This record gives sequence, structure tokens and C-alpha cells, in this order.
Amino acid sequence: MHLLYDIFVSPFAQMVGAPDLLVQTLWDGLVSGVLYALIALGFVLIFKASGVFNFAQGIMVVFAALTLVGLYQHGVPAYAALALTLVVMLVLAFGVERLMLRPLVNQPEIILFMATFGLTYFLIGLGELIFGGDPKVMIASQLGLPSGSYRVTVARGFVQLQKIDIAAAIIASIMVVGLGVLFNRTRIGRALRAVADSHKAALSVGISLEQIWVIVWFAAGVVALATGIMWGARSDVSFALEIIALKALPVLILGGFTSIPGAIIGGLIIGVGEKLGDFYWGPLVGGGIESWFAYVIALVFLLFRPQGLFGERIIERL
Amino acid sequence: MRLKRLVLGAAVAGLVGVSVPATQAVAQDSLFVPLFTYRTGPFANSGIPIANGMHDYLAMLNARDGGIGGVKLNIQECETGYNDAKGVECYDSVKGKNPLVVNPYSTGITLALIPKASVDHIPVLSMAYGLSASAVGADFPWIFNPPDTYWDGMSIALKYIAEKEGGFAKLKGKTIGFIFLDVGYGREPIPLLNDFAKDYGFNVKMYPVPPSQMQSQGSVWLSVRRDRPDWMIMWGWGAMNPTAVTEAARTGYPMNHFIGVWWSGSEGDARPAGEAAKGYLSLNFNAVGANYPAIKDIEKYVIAKGQSQTPKDQIGENFYNRGVMNAVVIAEAIRNAQRITHKKVIDGADMRRGLETLQISEQRWKQIGLPEFAAPIHVTCQDHNGHGSVYVQQWTGKGWAKVSGWITPVKEKVIPLLYDAAKDYISKNQPWPKRTEPCDDKTL
Repeated sequence: MHLLYDIFVSPFAQMVGAPDLLVQTLWDGLVSGVLYALIALGFVLIFKASGVFNFAQGIMVVFAALTLVGLYQHGVPAYAALALTLVVMLVLAFGVERLMLRPLVNQPEIILFMATFGLTYFLIGLGELIFGGDPKVMIASQLGLPSGSYRVTVARGFVQLQKIDIAAAIIASIMVVGLGVLFNRTRIGRALRAVADSHKAALSVGISLEQIWVIVWFAAGVVALATGIMWGARSDVSFALEIIALKALPVLILGGFTSIPGAIIGGLIIGVGEKLGDFYWGPLVGGGIESWFAYVIALVFLLFRPQGLFGERIIERL
Repeated sequence: MRLKRLVLGAAVAGLVGVSVPATQAVAQDSLFVPLFTYRTGPFANSGIPIANGMHDYLAMLNARDGGIGGVKLNIQECETGYNDAKGVECYDSVKGKNPLVVNPYSTGITLALIPKASVDHIPVLSMAYGLSASAVGADFPWIFNPPDTYWDGMSIALKYIAEKEGGFAKLKGKTIGFIFLDVGYGREPIPLLNDFAKDYGFNVKMYPVPPSQMQSQGSVWLSVRRDRPDWMIMWGWGAMNPTAVTEAARTGYPMNHFIGVWWSGSEGDARPAGEAAKGYLSLNFNAVGANYPAIKDIEKYVIAKGQSQTPKDQIGENFYNRGVMNAVVIAEAIRNAQRITHKKVIDGADMRRGLETLQISEQRWKQIGLPEFAAPIHVTCQDHNGHGSVYVQQWTGKGWAKVSGWITPVKEKVIPLLYDAAKDYISKNQPWPKRTEPCDDKTL
């Protein structure tokens, strides 16, 4: 009986009793959700273009952030370092297309997937070789990102809105919308969808696979850089950032691997859901449930919508 | 052909990224000291300065003194990535090469090696980490964890808090939050914390941080805001530390009521939070700073000659000095083993005797070139730890400042619990070998 009370009554009583904490939890969840959506988009873009789950997305976050900070530490001004990092990510996209994807056209998808493992370890080795394993401080203020917080009174308490979180939410939202428009409303987007359906069919109507791959890998690189800056500003820039990419997995389970709106809505649901779950129900089991609670949310959704939030129902006739 | 090239590339890339086991031949006339380190992965921020400090001190002994007792040290690193499986791989790769001692630098790896040590006759030195109960020499003759156990550390943190609150009796009704990395290391001091809570009537709030959430602690700190603990104690490592300090500052938690264990007190842990981290406290048992003759020698004989990976600005930082201290314990135990066995080239069994009678007095710290660097270390057959003194340091915004004198652990509480825990460990790991190793200092 006591357990039922703890599960079904007490959390809601807490929400009503301390609305400031509820608003704070929702805000934190939304900020995390937007960032998760951004990471998930990196996966979705590449999956849509090549049918590959890019295992290297996490290390791309680290590599982009380390390049930015590393260049700055070598005396390159912050904005120039940002621009140069984008160039590096473009070079990486070309390199991936030329050296990894092009030789593997029409190979089974599992081969491409394994190749992204190779890319991951290559980037880990290269990153450590160039930048070392020491953690670095993100150059957030040098990039003009705000620090400090706003304190907003809610009921008898307060909600603390970190300026960096607001900036992160705005930048991530702009990027999410921008990428959504680019891939849904432009010629590139149509070409991307064609490539996703069939490499051979896309080639037969004159779509350049190479060009599309470079574009999506570059877009994934830009997403990785933005993710690295935002998460790096919250702690430090180190190889631990790679783990952050795993946060996108429940988002992908929920939103589907091919849906840009799915990544966005999925990110928000997971972000808010895991924060609410951890904060209100976590203490029942000793806390620390955030990492797996996200998967519980995703799996519960799948019970009702096995095709994911925006996925199409697949009917196969026997 | 192309696929073959790619696979080859991936394999080469993999080799760059994963650990490189120690494969060099071990000369018979050298002292083989493998160092299990992690310069890669999510815990590299904590692992690198320690690895550098350990390597540089031992390399300095080679360059300055020609080794120890005229015998060169063969120093080989093995990358574990703070991963238990890789740590055991490292152990397996060195155990046939007459290692004098292994330093797992991970509680998880230490726990995996404890049952192997007595079988392979290789001492395990887990300096202020690992299984607290392994301080009981009668039950764990091959394991050494000076200068303090995690239980000592927790008792000191609580003693410091009690002192600030006006005595242990004043803790009644207070709430102490415990934020910890949710692995063996972080969970290790929980029994002692709960025991103190029962005795002194304070409440404990647990805030576990799984490794996958190290850099995403928002909801943990929101819970802290809700629960309003009077004090927070942290058992963090790697990327968890700077994130926790940053989040604590963002939450507005009073930093001078937030104490980290000695593994949560590097400059890199506090620096990312900037000015907001001012006031953060941590335990420490080694000095911070480079103004010591031995460290000057490291700069002269190792770093200036390009034989180190240490960046100049890291010399004298807390975890670099921690690595130096770890190396001093190894070196002094080797010297001690050479003295009591009258052998120049010793093996693991000799080293065990050297560790078991290790004494580093205040005078000896001075002779080594590290005056007042740490409290005296006193290991016996009975007590493989010493339960030394620890001080509290505070982040000033630029560096660490010592804000307490040397604080002794609450031994009367810790030691009986250690014996109980040792008994419990043995009962759960039967058959456990009975100690047959002779005791040089006759305390057993």
C-alpha cells in the first residue's frame, strides 16, 4: 500500500506542493531534450543518406570540440577557430566519403556499420595523438556564449534559468529547424530521400551519391560541433563527451531512425521524461535511474507504436 | 582489394586507440615496475597527471641515481582506460615477467586482482583506493592500501563537518548528501557513512551518478536543491568531478559545504567552474606545488631532457604530486626490500616484505627531497594501511589552499569495522588461503 502511495500519489503531491521544482525539472528536461534531438539528428541524417547507424557520431562530438579548443589554445582567435573547425569537419566529411564510403558502395549495410567502428577508433587515436587526453575548458565566453543565470520567481520558490542553457536551446532549435527545412523542403532533401530509398535508383536518375554523402557527413559534423560546444560548456572537453552520444539512442528508438520530426519530438519526450522520472520516482529505487529510464520510456512507447513516433507501419505480405 | 585496405586501416586505427600491453623484454638485472595507467577514455582527465607523476619520479631515480640500490628500474605503462577487463588483461600481460608490484589505479581492477595476488605472488599496491578491508594484513598479505582507506577518508570528512558544526553530537537531525560514481569505488564508503549516521543521528541522502551520466547531472543537483542537505560529500572520478562542481555552483549550493574525497580534488576538477567553484573543499594527503628538491630533480633530469609527457604547467599540480607520492611508496618499498633481503635484484615476494615493513618518517620524507610532502607512512604485517592523517584543501579560484591541519581518521570506529568487513569478504570468497607468509616485524 505504501509503495502504491509512493508511486501514484507522492510524486504528484510533490509537484503540486513545489511547483517551482516542477517547472525547473520541465525546463531542464526541455533543454536536455533539445540537445538530445540535436545529437539524434546527426544519426538520422547519416542513416537517411546511407542506411548506416554512424557509431562514430559520439567521437565526432569529441573531435570537433577538441579541434575548436585546441586551435584556440594555439593562438587562433575564437571565431577563426570556429570557422577552421568547420573546415576540418568538411575535410573529414570528404575523407569519409572518399576513403570509407565510396569503396563500399552497394556493400551490405553491416559492412558500412563496421566501417564506422573503424572510423571511431581512428578518430580516438588521431584525437589523442594531436590533442592529448587532457581535459580542456570550453571557450564558451570567447565565443560570445553567455554565463550566469536568471532567477524567476515561481509560486513561493524560484526557477533558475542558466543563460548558457537558454543559448543552447535557441541555437539547437535553430539548427534543428534549419536542418529540418534543408532536408525536407529543398532539392538536397529530395535527393537525400532518394538515396535513402535506393542507392542504385538514385544513381540512375543522376543524383550524385558522393555529393550527398559529403553534405550529410558535413551536416553531422556541424551538429557534432554544436553538441560539443554546448555539452563541453557544462563540464569540460574530454573524451568522456563521447558517452553523450549514447543519450540519442532512446531518442532514436522512440522517434525512428529516419524521421527528423521524430528526432525532435523524441528528444523532447525523452529529455522531459527522464528528468521527471529521475527526480520524482528515482528516490524510490535509490536514485540514478536517468540513464535507463529513458529506455523504459522509449520501450513503453514502442508497445503502443512499434513503428516509432513517425515511422510508417510496415506491412509485409507473405 | 579496397575492402581489404579499409579493414587493415581500421585495424591500425584500432591499435592506435586501444591499449598497448607491455611487451618489452624484462632484463634479469633490472627491477620491473609495471604501471597500469589510463591516458585515454572518459577518466583520462584524472589518469594522465597521476600517470605522469608516477613515471617521472621513477624515471628521475633512474637518471639521477642509476635506479635503486644500483639497479635500474624497468618502467612500463599499460593502458587500462579505467576498464576492469583491460586492467586484468594488463595484469595477465605482465605477471610472467617478474613484476615487483602492480598499481591498478582503479578500485574495480583492484577488486578483480585481489584473489589473484596471493596465487601469483605479486603484491598489489592500491594507494588510498581499492577494498578498505584489504588493510587487514592477516587476511590480505599481498594487498597494500596506504596511507588511508576510503573508510578513513569518510570518517575524516565527517570529522571535519562535525568540527565545523560544533561536534559530532551537533550532527543529530542534519542531512548529509553523498554524491558518488555508481561503481565499486563510489559505493565503497557507504557502509561507514551509514554506520556514522546511525550512531550520531544524522540523515543521509544518496545521489548515485552512473558512469553514463557523469556529464549530465542536472536532475541529481535538482534533487540536491529539493533535499537541501546541510553538507555534501563527493566520491567522484574522471569527468564526474568537474561536472559536479559546475552543477553545484549553478544550483547555488554553498561550495564551502561541499567536500570531495582525495580523488575529487584536482585542479582540473575545479577549474572548469571558474570563479563559481571558489570555496569547494577536498581531502588531500599529499602536498600541492613544485617547490620541492625531488620535483626540481624531476624537472632537471627528466622533463628538461624530453623524457616525459608532462606539460610544464602540470608539474606540482595535485594529481601529478599524487603520482609522485605513489612512486615514492614503490621506490621506498623496493629500497626496504633490498635492505631486509640483502638482495639488489628482488622479486614480488621480496617486495611484499618491503611493503609490509614500510616506514616513511617525517625525516625520511625530508631526505627524499619532499619535506612535509605527506604525513608519515607506517605499514606493518598487521596493518597494511597505516590510517594516516589527511588535510582539507579549498579552491581559491586559482589553486588549492590548505585550510586545516592534519586530521586523523576515527580509527576506533574504522578499524573494528575493517576487521568485520575482512571476515565478511573471506566468508563470501571461500576457500580463501590462510596466511602462511612470515611476518618480519612480528606484529602477527
